[in-house]
Amino acid sequence: MTERLFEGADWDFHTLQRITDACEEVATKDLGLDVYPNQIEVITAEQMLDAYSSVGMPLFYKHWSFGKHFAYHEASYRKGLMGLAYEIVINSSPCISYLMEENTATMQTLVIAHAAFGHNHFFKNNYLFKQWTDADGILDYLDFAKNYVMQCEDRYGRVEVERTLDAAHALMSHGIDRYPGKKKLDLRAEEKRAGRRRQHEEEVFNDLWRTVPAGKSKTRSALSIERRRKLLGLPQENLLYFLEKSAPRLAPWQRELLRIVRHIAQYFYPQSQTKVMNEGTATYVHYRIMTKLHQQGRISDGNFLEFLQSHTNVVFQPEFDDQRFSGFNPYALGFAMMQDIERIVTRPEDEDREWFPDIAGKNDVMGVLRDVWANYRDESFIAQFLSPTLMRHLRMFHLHDDPEERAGIRVDAIHDERGFRRVRRELARQHDVGYIDANIEVIDVDLSGDRRLILHHHVIKGSQLNETDAKRVLQHLADLWTYDVALIEVDASDKVLREYVVSPRPISAVA
Amino acid sequence: MPIHIIDRRLNPGGKSLENRQRFLRRAKSLVQGAVKKTSQERDIKDVLEGGEVTIALDGMHEPRFRRDGGTRDMVLPGNKKFIEGDYLQRSGQGSAKDSGPGEGDGEDAFRFVLSRDEFVDLFLDDLELPDLAKRKIAQTESEGIQRAGYTTSGSPSNISVSRTVRRAMARRIALKRPSKEEIEELESAIAACADEDERLVLMAQLEKLKAKSKRIPFIDPLDIRYRRFEAVPKPVAQAVMFCLMDVSGSMSEHMKDLAKRFYMLLYVFLKRRYKHVDIVFIRHTDRAEEVDEQTFFYGPASGGTLVSSALQAMHEIVRERFSPLDWNIYAAQASDGDNSYSDGELTGMLLTDKILPVCQFFAYLEVGESGGSAFDLSDSSLWTLYERLRNSGAPLSMRKVSERSEIFPVFHDLFQRRETSQEKAAP
Repeated sequence: MTERLFEGADWDFHTLQRITDACEEVATKDLGLDVYPNQIEVITAEQMLDAYSSVGMPLFYKHWSFGKHFAYHEASYRKGLMGLAYEIVINSSPCISYLMEENTATMQTLVIAHAAFGHNHFFKNNYLFKQWTDADGILDYLDFAKNYVMQCEDRYGRVEVERTLDAAHALMSHGIDRYPGKKKLDLRAEEKRAGRRRQHEEEVFNDLWRTVPAGKSKTRSALSIERRRKLLGLPQENLLYFLEKSAPRLAPWQRELLRIVRHIAQYFYPQSQTKVMNEGTATYVHYRIMTKLHQQGRISDGNFLEFLQSHTNVVFQPEFDDQRFSGFNPYALGFAMMQDIERIVTRPEDEDREWFPDIAGKNDVMGVLRDVWANYRDESFIAQFLSPTLMRHLRMFHLHDDPEERAGIRVDAIHDERGFRRVRRELARQHDVGYIDANIEVIDVDLSGDRRLILHHHVIKGSQLNETDAKRVLQHLADLWTYDVALIEVDASDKVLREYVVSPRPISAVA
Repeated sequence: MPIHIIDRRLNPGGKSLENRQRFLRRAKSLVQGAVKKTSQERDIKDVLEGGEVTIALDGMHEPRFRRDGGTRDMVLPGNKKFIEGDYLQRSGQGSAKDSGPGEGDGEDAFRFVLSRDEFVDLFLDDLELPDLAKRKIAQTESEGIQRAGYTTSGSPSNISVSRTVRRAMARRIALKRPSKEEIEELESAIAACADEDERLVLMAQLEKLKAKSKRIPFIDPLDIRYRRFEAVPKPVAQAVMFCLMDVSGSMSEHMKDLAKRFYMLLYVFLKRRYKHVDIVFIRHTDRAEEVDEQTFFYGPASGGTLVSSALQAMHEIVRERFSPLDWNIYAAQASDGDNSYSDGELTGMLLTDKILPVCQFFAYLEVGESGGSAFDLSDSSLWTLYERLRNSGAPLSMRKVSERSEIFPVFHDLFQRRETSQEKAAP
């Protein structure tokens, strides 16, 4: 029998090292995972709270909203309303996992297997992360962002910087490129480029240019609408990008701030699209590793039971009429689907052969799973791999709530032969960010007139914007654009449902 | 694969402190309102303990484009009896999702915990000590030495090398002192020179340069600068706070409690402004005595009421121990308003002639029974007297208090920024 990794609940740094080595052995040999180098950091509860308030990143620029979140988390933590996560993992290379010091040895093993190998593999291999994030550069970029914001505060005043960041944060959810552009994001180069640009500006600065009389401005009326829209790159759904490039009266440093917020939003974009998969992968990996370690006798029965208890807590899915229910638990759904795939690959039934001819009975569980982990996101993953077995097991059903319908909420489909595909399609759609986020685009700018910025919100299923919030966000947008902004809500047949027009606040009134 | 395990626990904490301060600064007016509201419900001992406050989220809201309404579709787990085509009754409340800090309209309040210092700061922030102009510089603790530019004389240890060398260099350049390189170059030219006549010319040149460099020294005493230090008398503002209280039989426990609360607030407030605050407790019946705190609040006493005795005692203590030149004097008097009729004139005279001229601030707090209906009927003898004095221009602040919850508002009112406090002073 192999030696135990630890006894009881206590651990020290040698234990952590042994645990990590053991996990790595299973992860690479048995599961064939491919991970970034690991960096494991042990932190206290207070540091965990710190990390919470800066979206989990180890360093971040300063902003009051993070203080607000910190105060909020701290209050609920102190009152015992909220437990802290056992771990936080950062998509960077090396992959940094934060472990809480309070965890027992078993929990540390679980957490290392979960984060340092499960999430880590997913970050390194999933196509969205490959496409959109730069794991090597993110920490350096955040460092640059932090310093840049600080410098701006020194030069232009805290209030000014805060105002710009407030506005940028409000638009953050619409500061994302959804389709890959021509070149890959390289944050290190970005940082250098920003530095070079500033340097160039300083070098070629000549005050004389200010005094050169400007000629008569060309008439713009000649510019056809198409040409104008093309020049401005319209329609554009990345509002922050559009402002950064085209807002007429922003100072260069303000554009740079928008750019920073935009890059950070983009960095987190894949995470919001892969919650189920990411957690499912990590949970499946920790389950496999822990089970293996227990089989090898490296974890005692008692400790394994401790693990099972927290594992079942994590993958618990309350039913819809349960008080604890708050939507699908991504851990539960993800883990259940991974296990289901394992079942289909190894022990398929006729139904599975019919639904999943490609993978049923293929017997290479890890090969199939690694391929799934690399090439899907939540929406496509569910649309492709949610099996009738699992739908029956979780007793899924689809509700359609039409406010016009007097009779109430209709049960549209249930877990039966007629409903499987519809339930699955609907659940997939629930995980599609394209449906979750409001579809807002910059349509046009009235360049020859009053420079009004015109946005369209394409309303889906009659779900319009929340009025209070929309007005506030548009106010921020108008402040950045410095001219009027109009948002028009249109439905699928281009019928105008509602129109907002907001004028920028005079600088002094912006508090 | 190398694995790094790092212990971050010893890293300096408080990483979020800066963000927190920014948040508080931004939410200042909101938090301040919340602090005042919270403090009314609290006990005096707890009031400065910090604690949880609730603010409206309005100003702190972080808006996002959100959608609501429209038709909704959802897939849920745990079907028990539904089949396709069933209709469910709407429960009416819709789905109240819980949200993070400041998302959504539903959550209009935001609770968080303030530390003790933050709480006191915010609580006392918009208050001001009246009449600070008189504040005197008392004992000069000469702890302050500060840099004050440069000087041409001083002790060698204070030579400012950089300043000296800079001046020397400027002088050498201005006077065109030949550099070492120039001389060396000329010397090598002489050594290499074959022609005798030219060599002589060069030699003469060299002599000239050497003489010049001797005339113009590398560092001249003129160049030397010393760092100059100045002893700055660090003002130590000190204050003394007189607590005067009537302890005659008519003062109930409740009234004493009110007075105590007021004194404690005043003490905390003064403590924030002055490095050193002394407290003198004077209690009086028909005669006054200086006592310790315990006796002051809890010691038994009985007798008639002569307010003038307390003022007299205060006057004497001031004369003996607290010269108005060195001390800021604050006095707060608490009483149920009773005074012997014959004492009125003496009290008024003492107050206007002796006490008020040396005081920074004199507050009279008339405490009443809880409920206080009888209390409102007519003004007490002391109140009438003080009001008359005030109307004739004496700088007196006076308030009536009968409930615990009124202490904070009254205190706030008294110390609000000066411009407004006089108008509000009328009850």
